[in-house]
Amino acid sequence: MFKVVKRKELAPIEFEILVEAPRIANKAKPGQFVILRIDEFGERIPLTVVDVDPEAGLVRLIFQVIGKSTAQLSKVMEGESLADVVGPLGKPTEIENFGTVMLVGGGVGIAALFPIVKGLKEAGNRVITILGAKTKDLLILRDECQEFSDELILMTDDGSIGQKGLVTQAMEEVFAREDIHTAWAIGPSIMMKFCTITAQKHDVPIYVSLNPIMIDGTGMCGGCRVTVADSIKFACVDGPEFLGEEVDWDEFISRMQQYRPEEMQANEIYEKQVSQNG
Amino acid sequence: MAKVKRSYTKTPMKEQAPEVRCHNFEEVALGYSLEEGQLEASRCLQCKNAPCIENCPVMIDIPGFIKAIEEGDMPRAYEVLGRYTNLPAICGRVCPQEKQCEMVCRLGRSKKFEPVAIGKLERLVADWALDQPIEYKEVVGDKGKVAIIGSGPSGLTAAGDLAKLGYEVIVYEALHAPGGVLTYGIPEFRLPKKVVNNEIERIKAQGVTIETNVVVGKTITMDEILEEFDACYLSVGAGAPNFQGIKGTSLKGVYSSSEYLTRINLMHGYQFPKYDTPVQESKNVVVIGGGNVAMDAARSAKRLGAENVSIVYRRSLAELPAREEEYHHSVEEGINYHWLTNPIEYVGDEEGRLVAVKCIQMELGEPDDSGRRRPVAIPGSEFIIEADTAIEAIGQGANKVLLDTFPELALNKWGYIDASEETCATSIPGVYAGGDIVTGAATVILAMGAGKIAANEIDNYVQNKKLQEQPV
Repeated sequence: MFKVVKRKELAPIEFEILVEAPRIANKAKPGQFVILRIDEFGERIPLTVVDVDPEAGLVRLIFQVIGKSTAQLSKVMEGESLADVVGPLGKPTEIENFGTVMLVGGGVGIAALFPIVKGLKEAGNRVITILGAKTKDLLILRDECQEFSDELILMTDDGSIGQKGLVTQAMEEVFAREDIHTAWAIGPSIMMKFCTITAQKHDVPIYVSLNPIMIDGTGMCGGCRVTVADSIKFACVDGPEFLGEEVDWDEFISRMQQYRPEEMQANEIYEKQVSQNG
Repeated sequence: MAKVKRSYTKTPMKEQAPEVRCHNFEEVALGYSLEEGQLEASRCLQCKNAPCIENCPVMIDIPGFIKAIEEGDMPRAYEVLGRYTNLPAICGRVCPQEKQCEMVCRLGRSKKFEPVAIGKLERLVADWALDQPIEYKEVVGDKGKVAIIGSGPSGLTAAGDLAKLGYEVIVYEALHAPGGVLTYGIPEFRLPKKVVNNEIERIKAQGVTIETNVVVGKTITMDEILEEFDACYLSVGAGAPNFQGIKGTSLKGVYSSSEYLTRINLMHGYQFPKYDTPVQESKNVVVIGGGNVAMDAARSAKRLGAENVSIVYRRSLAELPAREEEYHHSVEEGINYHWLTNPIEYVGDEEGRLVAVKCIQMELGEPDDSGRRRPVAIPGSEFIIEADTAIEAIGQGANKVLLDTFPELALNKWGYIDASEETCATSIPGVYAGGDIVTGAATVILAMGAGKIAANEIDNYVQNKKLQEQPV
């Protein structure tokens, strides 16, 4: 059992938890993830490791409520436990001193971007970070990203903070005045696709972190397979980071929809149970 | 008791009727009663130098435990079995006995008789034992400390034997439940999970600790294992699915058998939405392959409500690698077969969903290296099978997660661990390996046999090392 020692609502429907998992806290590197299962009836869901405290044995996770399991996870209170947490999984981000780097995060993807921002800054890069969300409330980890960025650009759909517009506009603006060595983009798949197109226009390699459907997360089922550079890769062991220009985006986005009816059904039943039993 | 005339055929075992069982996940074969078991046991000739023992990978004293059944002495029968196997309830159910112990049974060698139903008798004894209370043993574990990586049949066998020998044994398992293929692969209707769990509890009762959610190579490293333990046994299986890589492999509705069966068995997908993990609802299912895994996937799909389930196999019935019993069960349950057929493309609709499997007819050509006649495609014989689900059960390879982080370990040309068949020793002293990660996907009992060998070799290795370390 893995105890949740802290729980915090970061934004409407976005939560942060600190989970006691000393082995994972000792080993996790930027870019890696865990798979957790809430209870014996639960499914296995992947979440990026946002940060670790090896001394306290804690792993920091951030998630958005998008369906049954994340809704249930948001109701796990401090002192309660998760049945299973396994990791760190996936390949770590290759962190080195590249020079000037650009990092683009969207929505809850900012949580997965933050450890890379931090890692790249600590490796001596000049870090330009662009964060985007629908509104100010959803622009999580602003202060922490600020701390590890040389420049932080905020974009919102409604202009409630920073500039009004999309992250790709901010990317263009930066490309116009900076010589960028490497870029990263993490967020909704459609955002990552367009960030890739934007970076490609400027011949800048851009890494994306894919979040396909996963079950075991250890390379034994191929549920998370993606086509990268025309060959089949398993995101859980070969990724989750890949070069954006090599990803077959349309196929990836299509496969994400695979269980939409079942996901809706599970969520409806859960909401009914919650409304009946509190 | 008056001597009954020895029956020519095996005592039949009750089974759920096909039309009933193809709608549920409960066990198909229902097991012998004690009386049925005693009747079957009385067919055994009690051979001296029994060939059945020689042909059992863990060399169980088969006439010995059968004699005890005949006499109605179940504790003794279990005691005899327990000397050789840690997982009798599982082997009695899933071993290919027709290719092992029962194949060489002297009774069965005579023309008129079927061999003694050794597997069914083993199951009877093991199931009797599962109903007895578990006795937990306080372990001393003073002979040394051994790590077992992977909790499938090979690892569990080695763990049980090492605990009996007096070692402190810790088993590391990557998934949230132990058992390996027994838990995520073989379905409930062939191997009930309560049987697997009970048998694992019995191994834990001997003093084995199982730690789940530990991916060796990631959660802890091999360096840490080698530092903390006197020896270790790598039994991580061959769990990385192969895909044929034909056009359309990424369509929605195309699965590896590993994913399909893991969703159903490990995650209880057939009980969705009580359990959170869904499995696709299907009408027309095509399973590709001819092994036990293909049978399991096809029969599972039928139980999930698919109307038409077909198995596409590139050779003919004579070459089918699956157990005979499973093939017969599948036919009884209405699974269709396309012999000498190979898929060449998955056809999708505009939403990226599978709608058909395009196949080609094969014929058997010259024998290949394995001595089997090689299937060759017949030009112009393409045809379409309508399908919303396709499941590839064409075999698995070595999972690289551990191996990639342990480059010192020598591998063979297929990417499996290069370990001795006689000793399970690898290129690194103190590191042993066995089961599917050495042989490639094989059987439960072969994996157990390797676990037994490894346990003895590890014992020798650790004791020798301790002798040498003692100050003169």
